Amino acid sequence: MTSRMNETAPDGAERTASPGCAKRIASNQRGSTAPAAMLALVIVVMTAITVYIFLKKIWWFPPSITDEGAQFDAQFLRTLVITGVIFVAAQLGLALALFRYRDRGQRVRYFEGNNTMEIIWTLATLVLFVGLGIYAEKAWASVHFVDASPSALPIEVTGQQFAWNFRYAGPDGVFGRTRPDLVSASTGNAVGVDPADPAGKDDIISPGEIVVPAGRQVDLILKSLDVTHSFFVRELRLKQDAVPGMTIHLHFTANTTGTYEVACAELCGLGHYKMRATMMVVSEADFEKWLQEQEAANQ
Amino acid sequence: MATHEGVSAHAHTAPTGFLWKYVFSLDHKVIGIQYYFLALLSVFVGMALSLLMRLHLVWPAMKLPFIPGGIMKPEQYLALVTMHGTIMVFMVLTTAPQSGFGNYFLPIEIGAEDMAFPILNMLSFWTTFVSLLVILAAFFVEGGAPIAGWTSYPPLSAVGDASGPGEGLGQTLWVIGLAIFCLASLIGALNFITTTVDLRCKGMSLMRMPLTVWAWLVTAILGLLAFGVLLAACGLLLLDRLAGTSFFIPGGLVFTDTVMTAHEGGSPLLWQHLFWFFGHPEVYIAILPGMGVTSHILSNFSRKPVFGYRAMVAAICGIGFLGFCVWGHHMFVSGMSPYSGFAFSLLTMTIGVPSAIKTFNWLGTLWGGKITFTCAMLFALGFVSLFVTGGLSGLFLAQPTLDLYFHDTFFVVAHFHFVMGVAAIFGIFGGTYFWYPKMFGRMLNEGIGKVHFWLTFVGVYCIFMPMHFLGLVGRPRRYADLSGVNFLAPLHNVEYFISIAAFITIGAQFIFLFNFLYCLKWGKKAEENPWRGTTLEWSIPSPPPFDNFAGRHVQVYRGAYEFSVPGASQDFIPQDAVPEKEGGIH
Amino acid sequence: MRSAAIDELELIETGNGGGAILPPLDGGGDDRRRWPSPEVSRRASFTGVQLALAAIVMFFMSLTSAYIVRKGLGTDWQATPIPRVLWLNTLILLASSATIELARRRSEGQSAEAREAQFSRWWTITIVLGVMFLVGQLFAWRQLAAAGMFLRTNPSSSFFYLLTAAHGAHLIGGIVALLYVGFRNWKRSRITQETAADLAALYWHFMDGLWLFLFALLTLGR
Repeated sequence: MTSRMNETAPDGAERTASPGCAKRIASNQRGSTAPAAMLALVIVVMTAITVYIFLKKIWWFPPSITDEGAQFDAQFLRTLVITGVIFVAAQLGLALALFRYRDRGQRVRYFEGNNTMEIIWTLATLVLFVGLGIYAEKAWASVHFVDASPSALPIEVTGQQFAWNFRYAGPDGVFGRTRPDLVSASTGNAVGVDPADPAGKDDIISPGEIVVPAGRQVDLILKSLDVTHSFFVRELRLKQDAVPGMTIHLHFTANTTGTYEVACAELCGLGHYKMRATMMVVSEADFEKWLQEQEAANQ
Repeated sequence: MATHEGVSAHAHTAPTGFLWKYVFSLDHKVIGIQYYFLALLSVFVGMALSLLMRLHLVWPAMKLPFIPGGIMKPEQYLALVTMHGTIMVFMVLTTAPQSGFGNYFLPIEIGAEDMAFPILNMLSFWTTFVSLLVILAAFFVEGGAPIAGWTSYPPLSAVGDASGPGEGLGQTLWVIGLAIFCLASLIGALNFITTTVDLRCKGMSLMRMPLTVWAWLVTAILGLLAFGVLLAACGLLLLDRLAGTSFFIPGGLVFTDTVMTAHEGGSPLLWQHLFWFFGHPEVYIAILPGMGVTSHILSNFSRKPVFGYRAMVAAICGIGFLGFCVWGHHMFVSGMSPYSGFAFSLLTMTIGVPSAIKTFNWLGTLWGGKITFTCAMLFALGFVSLFVTGGLSGLFLAQPTLDLYFHDTFFVVAHFHFVMGVAAIFGIFGGTYFWYPKMFGRMLNEGIGKVHFWLTFVGVYCIFMPMHFLGLVGRPRRYADLSGVNFLAPLHNVEYFISIAAFITIGAQFIFLFNFLYCLKWGKKAEENPWRGTTLEWSIPSPPPFDNFAGRHVQVYRGAYEFSVPGASQDFIPQDAVPEKEGGIH
Repeated sequence: MRSAAIDELELIETGNGGGAILPPLDGGGDDRRRWPSPEVSRRASFTGVQLALAAIVMFFMSLTSAYIVRKGLGTDWQATPIPRVLWLNTLILLASSATIELARRRSEGQSAEAREAQFSRWWTITIVLGVMFLVGQLFAWRQLAAAGMFLRTNPSSSFFYLLTAAHGAHLIGGIVALLYVGFRNWKRSRITQETAADLAALYWHFMDGLWLFLFALLTLGR
């Protein structure tokens, strides 16, 4: 605020422009049109290219294969539209402002603010952002606030440096006990199933490949043998850290058959980049067939 | 000096001797420059590391310099990732904008002759320097630098060699170096806050402080409260690594078929909570000074007051406060309670509001102004564009539903590079072009500076915008090689494009370095107020005398951004210009 | 038109930094800085110590929350027996807070030498009590070790050693400060020895309070 003092400083001296003050602001340009135009242009072009790439989906998600995935896609699109509008408006607004008000010798319109506008855009932003966040809650809740149904197919997922191993409970529907000291890759006991536990005798271990039936809910039970890993399947639109010392559940229902890649998404050491597995979504019939093959191999 | 009223008494004696003048100086200006040079050295080291990373990703079979053995191994790549992040976040972004420029200009802009505790100031610089040496030492010990990322999650970072190369002495040195950095930062923060609270000159009320000072103040408060937490976390991690405790390490871990019996019962999530409770305020520490500088520069070169000064102050405080409430958004998929996840999500969306207010107000500052496109102004304008881009991608990541896909993908890398690795850097560049005349008494070459700006502005968009698209495809972070997972194969062209853009952009920074170093000696001499600015740094010689105001008693009569005031005799009124006697309304 | 009232408000609002007192025209024969003024120096020193205490609080709050979280997890928490000597140590530390206050209070009507002597006496006693506390903490560690509880034995004992060590380290800093206040030549300083003593006492009382908190955590939160 401009001070409207009418008194002087004690010694009555006045300090206006001192000799050390530049007469004009130093700049290499004659006039401001060239840099203003260039900057505005760069911003506009950047905005246009970005919007184009998003609109044309030149690089995009793979198609989702679950209902929750569809909810993800819808929320993403919602967010993209809103942020896209804001992005375009802000970048173009910036380009417009810097070009329109480049120095052409005009008078400056002096204003220090506008409380009404501040209030309006603060409230609008608050409502928009928080509203978006609340709206997103539904999809999050369906994944995480609800447990897997009791009839879901449980599959244990064990991450280790640098592989994924999957375990099915077998015909008895019970997972056998595991002990860390029994883990032995060389003898094929990748997750350390305890031979003393009868429930574990029919467990099916599938190294590097997880097979799930389409249309049936699957309850993944995520574990880790050593460090934190993260189970990521793009088509499921799901990711969950596998933390040693914890058992974490993640459920989904796949609805499209196919073969999908599982990647590790938490830095776990030098082999992090090649810690992949395969997820096969098959029909119920094919799944039963696969299970029987595995059980036969177990005998 | 004749125009300055007041006493020409020598209130202080200037230091003599090389050591006291340039090495262990107690002068906040020298210390600010020391910090700036530390950051300058660190940023080139950090860029070199990222260049090696980008080269390896697209030419994995290439023999690279500085890599023992020539062809990069995965653990070497991860060591580069770790050290790039660590050095850039701590030694560049936490240092240059705050400890560098803040040290130099905070006392001057509030009319003080130095910081409150000059000896502590000197100590905090040298402690920072020691921490840099300790962290860099990790490269040269057996096993090499750590591979757990700058976030250093246990158990990977806690169990030592068992989890991989680099996790031995290298990781230990990293933790110790970081702990030392925490101490240095705490001391520095203490100094900044005390100075701002207690040493403002007459007339410098809180609402007349430049926004740079507000930003430095709130940043210092964040630092004071956050670095103690990191220090505690580092202490616990060190004990787990060296003393056999189990704060973060659960039991029954199996490495190469061998059970680790030495630890049990600890929680990896405990580290994440402690780290991110520090880590989130840390990123606001990195950006807030840049926001302050941007407001300052936009106003100066639009010849208009900052639009909505009070709202800007409120936004800085709001960002600071909310910054402590959102750390869980780094942990949506960590195994943390999903209910907490939802709460953190809403708070994170809320923190977008003060950031949006600042953006609106920057546009409002430009609107109706009279803009000169100096290099400083170009970088400030670039900051606004980059911050908009980076901030908006945050809206995706703040929603846990979407984060289920984007977490640990290049979408996150794009987001934080835009806000930290570019916008904050543009804040540093803007500050450099703006304040270089004052600090070194010489002008930077504007023409060369503009080449630097264009190459960099276009370059960073070319590097980091495509990373959003990599994220959409699901490209995970910290992958040493792109051949391990099939769905990455179609992305090779994008990766090439990014690497080429990085190569060119990093090269452009040498133009800046040349300009900087050349003009130290041969730049055009700078006058006192080359930018016709209003704040107190423009009322003293370039460079300033030892005690800033040469014994003059500074008094401030108005706010910091009185540009183009109607009825004034020129288009700016310095903060300390004495009002006219009668009838004047200046 | 501004009124005098507004100017007063301004003066209250503004720090009124170094401007209040003119430095002597001859610059002074010694190199003691005249900026900022002694009042401002004193106030700034207090701000500094208070901020340091805030940072220390955050540090110990992190350890405390780690304690609570770690205790709530898993099944391996075994309450650490509290060595009896800790009760004695607590009393010693409380006593030292009392003696430091006795040192600071300089009664009216005494001669300058008497006041100095009183200060020195009680200040030294405080230092001695502080050292006794630390020695007592070492005793407590030895008692625990004799009972087979070491840093790595179980999480409860880890925190016991960690919290007492962290507090002890900060207390050593406090003792160094007390020694500094007691033995440095304060004539050539920006602040007086009285101010320095007040600052050190603030820190000392805080360390005392912090100990009471940690002690309660270790005994009641076992």
